[in-house]
Amino acid sequence: MEYTSIVLIKQVPDTKNITGDVMKEDGTVNRASLPAIFNPDDLNALEMSLSIREIFGGTVKVITMGPPWSSEILRESLYRGADDVIQLSDKRFAGADTLATAYTLSKAIKKSGKFDFIFCGRQAIDGDTAQVGPQVAAKLDIPQVTFVEKIEQIDNYSITVRRSIEGGYEIIETNLPVLLTIMGTANEPRYPSCKLMMKYKKAKSIAEIERENNLSDEKIKNLSKELERKKLLIKTWKVEDIDIDSSDCGSNGSPTRVAKAENVQLISSEIKKVEPNIKDIRGLITELVSDHILG
Amino acid sequence: MENKGEVWVIAEQDEGKLAEISIELVSKGRELADRLNTSLGSVVLGHNIKHVPEELFKYGCDVVYLADHPNLEYYTVLPYTKVIYNLSKKQKPEIILFGATTTGRDLAPRLASILPAGLTADCTDLKIGDYNDARLKRILKDTLFQIRPAFGGNVIATIVNTWDPPKMVTVREGVMKISAPDSNRKGKLVDINPEFSEKDLITKVIKRTKSEKRVNLKNARIIVSGGFGVGSKDNFRLIYELAHTLGGDVAGSRAAVDAGFIESERQVGQTGTTVRPKLYIACGISGAVQHRAGMAESHKIIAINKDPKAPIFKIAHYGIAGDLNQVIPMMIKVYKEKGTHFL
Repeated sequence: MEYTSIVLIKQVPDTKNITGDVMKEDGTVNRASLPAIFNPDDLNALEMSLSIREIFGGTVKVITMGPPWSSEILRESLYRGADDVIQLSDKRFAGADTLATAYTLSKAIKKSGKFDFIFCGRQAIDGDTAQVGPQVAAKLDIPQVTFVEKIEQIDNYSITVRRSIEGGYEIIETNLPVLLTIMGTANEPRYPSCKLMMKYKKAKSIAEIERENNLSDEKIKNLSKELERKKLLIKTWKVEDIDIDSSDCGSNGSPTRVAKAENVQLISSEIKKVEPNIKDIRGLITELVSDHILG
Repeated sequence: MENKGEVWVIAEQDEGKLAEISIELVSKGRELADRLNTSLGSVVLGHNIKHVPEELFKYGCDVVYLADHPNLEYYTVLPYTKVIYNLSKKQKPEIILFGATTTGRDLAPRLASILPAGLTADCTDLKIGDYNDARLKRILKDTLFQIRPAFGGNVIATIVNTWDPPKMVTVREGVMKISAPDSNRKGKLVDINPEFSEKDLITKVIKRTKSEKRVNLKNARIIVSGGFGVGSKDNFRLIYELAHTLGGDVAGSRAAVDAGFIESERQVGQTGTTVRPKLYIACGISGAVQHRAGMAESHKIIAINKDPKAPIFKIAHYGIAGDLNQVIPMMIKVYKEKGTHFL
């Protein structure tokens, strides 16, 4: 049988590769200068959905919530083989914590139709919370399995997966529809296909068109129609499109607030320089032994 | 002063053995409950675990809610969520603490979503204080400050929860100090007799394996850690040799884990383990903030790196700007001479 998969993805600042270029003089990171990337674990989630489609057939739908330019990762999803992509972009979605994000995503999923699987990356590298996946599953009242390393078997409406736990793993069986969060070690994400890049490089979302050009509403409408005709329009959904109250999304719908954010500074200490020669290293080891650091 | 609800710890046990993180949480929970002038409760779920409450009382719990049921033998999210949800609606706790384990990070968000309640992930500190909510022009008295690294560890954020209780957090393993147990301490035991529907039980654990000897970096006295600069999985044998010689454990940075040089269980840093050894030797580790978050509190740090500008030198006590391929064999040689030269 064929399966419909939904993949939830996020565009994130690349917090993993902090180079000297983005460090400020006081040793803190200049967040604004970090490049925006496809959240790494979400690529593994996308790969999982594509490999299921290859075996069983079906469709892969990708959804992201973010600023207008987050459609970049939706184009990347199309290059890798997604069938359909949806962008949730509205100022009223901004400032959402994980609960408001999960609620908004669950509303969009309900609107997008029937599904068998929802795939998420294990966690996003900006917040590292790993909360949105389980929170979406709860809102949709479907089971979840987090930290999935491998799908062992899919049998009509049941699935068996391998879940990573501390120092080992579990084999879990549950029913579809299900939400799975995928580990970065689960697979090797495929590269974008040249053919699909040629096909979709001009794909754009309405939010992007609105932002890029200072165009009249009329012009925007015509441009979108033109893109739609060529099947190159990335759908943008706003508050009104997903049957959500604006008091339940964005910062209004978020119980948690950041009260304070302090940049981490490098702790400088009295460093002793040790030259890489036998004499200096002997001195170091002697000192550590006499300080009872080494036995 | 209005009465605050209880502080709760969702305790984890594995085949009847209370998890270390749960003892850490009870120790911290006691402190928070005393500060709020309320009691400390713990919820523990499983099967054949009648002896576990005793342990929880020893570390400071006033009340233990025990759900001992065959369907709760192994953790699965739906029945566990149901039990805690029902109990929470009835008892209205002020704060719920979970371990930031694969169980806590699966269970807490599910529960937060249906309650609904605010939840903060992977906290490294918790405090009580007053928060001036400028948006709603009110002061939240004695609220929970939830402190955690964010933005890849480059920022330490203090999060508050502005909704009604419960205020929920998951807490990183190994950061809260364990207080001394007192076998004379007793508390109140409340038995919960949960009931489950077929729908609650659709998820089954078919098999569960945990390696006998889990890597335990948290308690290591000496750690020799390798980064991307080690160059290859093969070359990691140098790290192992040095650790073996010094009687230490081996660890790695995220970059070394991502490159496949070393298994993820041994990862030190924000998404790995937080360690506080007497000696931490960082070899070929540049010292990204995510890594430093997991080892900066080591008693002594030796950094070996070819790049004299590597950030790791900023927190090291001893800096060796050199090639680890030469430095490590020298260290091994010198240490082995110890018998003749040092005594």
